[in-house]
Amino acid sequence: MSSEARLEILTRINRATSGHPPALERPPIPTSTRPSAEILAQFAEYAAEYRAHVQQMAQADIPEALAKLLAGKRVLVPEGLPAAWRAALDSTPDNGQSHAELTHFQAVLTTCAVAIAETGTVVLDHGSGQGRRTLTLIPDQHVCVVFWHQIVESVPEGVATLQEAVTAGRPLTWISGPSATSDIELSRVEGVHGPRSLNLFIITPGD
Amino acid sequence: MSAGGIRPSQPFPDAARETLQDAQMRRNLRHATTTIREKRLQAVAELPYWEDLRTQGAAIKDVVLDNLAEHLLTLEASVKRLGGHVHWAQNAEEAQRLVADLVAAHGVSEVIKVKSISTDEIELNAALEARGIHATETDLAELIVQLAEDRPSHILVPAIHKNRAEIRELFRRKLGAQLLTDDPKVLAEAARVYLREKFLATKVAISGANFAIADTGTVCIVESEGNGRMCLTLPEVLISVMGIEKVLPTWPDIAPFMQLLPRSSTAERMNPYTSFWSGVTPGDGPQEFHLILLDNGRTDVLADAVGRETLRCIRCSACLNVCPVYERTGGHAYGSVYPGPIGAILTPQLLQLDDANANSLPWASSLCGACYDACPVKINIPEILIYLRGQITPHKTPNVESIAMKTAAWIFNESYRFEGAIKLARTGQGPLVQHGAVRALPGMLGGWTSSRNLPPFPPQSFRELWRKEEQREQ
Ligand code: SF4
Repeated sequence: MSSEARLEILTRINRATSGHPPALERPPIPTSTRPSAEILAQFAEYAAEYRAHVQQMAQADIPEALAKLLAGKRVLVPEGLPAAWRAALDSTPDNGQSHAELTHFQAVLTTCAVAIAETGTVVLDHGSGQGRRTLTLIPDQHVCVVFWHQIVESVPEGVATLQEAVTAGRPLTWISGPSATSDIELSRVEGVHGPRSLNLFIITPGD
Repeated sequence: MSAGGIRPSQPFPDAARETLQDAQMRRNLRHATTTIREKRLQAVAELPYWEDLRTQGAAIKDVVLDNLAEHLLTLEASVKRLGGHVHWAQNAEEAQRLVADLVAAHGVSEVIKVKSISTDEIELNAALEARGIHATETDLAELIVQLAEDRPSHILVPAIHKNRAEIRELFRRKLGAQLLTDDPKVLAEAARVYLREKFLATKVAISGANFAIADTGTVCIVESEGNGRMCLTLPEVLISVMGIEKVLPTWPDIAPFMQLLPRSSTAERMNPYTSFWSGVTPGDGPQEFHLILLDNGRTDVLADAVGRETLRCIRCSACLNVCPVYERTGGHAYGSVYPGPIGAILTPQLLQLDDANANSLPWASSLCGACYDACPVKINIPEILIYLRGQITPHKTPNVESIAMKTAAWIFNESYRFEGAIKLARTGQGPLVQHGAVRALPGMLGGWTSSRNLPPFPPQSFRELWRKEEQREQ
């Protein structure tokens, strides 16, 4: 059935179209001229507007901040995170736990692939330090570490950065604030599904 | 959306007369559209290059449409290369059967669904039900609509016609939830508890697709709640139904759309969650993926040089929120899963201009042009409306004249008018009106008056009346 449908649809399309569209001019990927501190500040501001909890810190302060934020919580960690971060927590490595088992964790800690200032978005390409997609979905709190050099200004820059991951067939998750709905009288409620809170550690340059 | 299909059960004027009675719905709808409208203007104003983005979005879509076969073949090859399966469906029945067969092959009778207008278009839920398969909608609004056995009224916020008290009552009745208040937080929590169990236990999920990238085989779902992510990653099997027009050539082409869609749709800089996946990823997410490419009238639209740009639509619903007719009548009046201005041009075209009820839709407009200004991919909706009016010939729809005249009468009574043309007509109304009737309309409306008279135009402009009306209802 499907192969007949395929032939029929393709035939109909070919009859309907020229097959010789004008060449598409793709504008060059914009390169930001703004100082990186400004872009970082914009990212922090916009992410916070999406009700992410944003903290800026130096790299050396990550373990302490993690310990403080996640004290007493069972934290799941994907492979690829620095040992010092894991040591600061009651952490369990991801070893392929079932979805039901994942519900027993209160938080997950990851890094990201790129962050986009203009939209306050972090993008996970689920490479090292980011884990399977379900890890950042089932536990109620997601803590994500974003380094200053990972923050780009615009969506097209972010998309360009992700080309390699996508070409390699890796999935992506774009996250702008915690899960939210506005379905009931347009009033925004966080955490319908997915994590109820998103904590972003923005690591500033220096040291 | 849960129920649906695209065949209106009655002509627009009749349906609109019914929905206009519903004051509650109108208030809810007005609240929604005004809020989103204002937010959207802000979100758009933040990007100084918004107009360039629109141009770019339209250009990419046009190039895709003009070489659609090649892009679909590339997409098919890419998805297969990455371990997915691709199927083609010419119409709703074929798509229904494909999905039902796939579900049945896994021996399950329960599936979960991500909100998807293409599956509503093909009336998938009912078709599955007929095969003994129950599909649970997981988007909060869709769940509300489904539990209420109602129809969605808006592409984006399908339950916008329901207020919190109604929803509380519904959840109490249908989910047996103990709800102390009707605070949206409490209501959302009840849905979370109910659905979480489904997410963890259900083996097969069904979704639509917002975009698919041909050269990388990457499919994309844009959402807010995370129910999409749940459906797309927890089940073992994922079936996605996608209109053939949703393909994009290369990965960088997604960029303008990820800027255009959220700002036009929910008026946000970005929606909370977007998922991209390419075929199957070992050890992560569903290990079986099926992509169903749906025609269902789209190749007919493609074959029409004027109507074709309708297929650029990215279903953002911006045109609904700015449409004065939609704001008054609500989505149900359009009788199709595609309401508002886009519905007025898409629905009759998908039905090959063969459906008398759908053929009344191109008259459900004031031609004020607001939809065109709002559309992120620059679909010239007013132009297509006028074009379709010309295409809808009496032999296809014997009663079209009466429908058109009824619509016109209704529109004139309600003071919605063909604003562009009428502005002109009103200033020059004197010479047009003879013996208390309009004998000849100028320009494109001339055809109407060549064989009949129209009542004269109301003395007030649409905007004047509108403002008054607004004050009255507040
Ligand atoms: S026609 Fe344009 S504005 Fe309306 S839903 Fe489609 S893309 Fe959005």
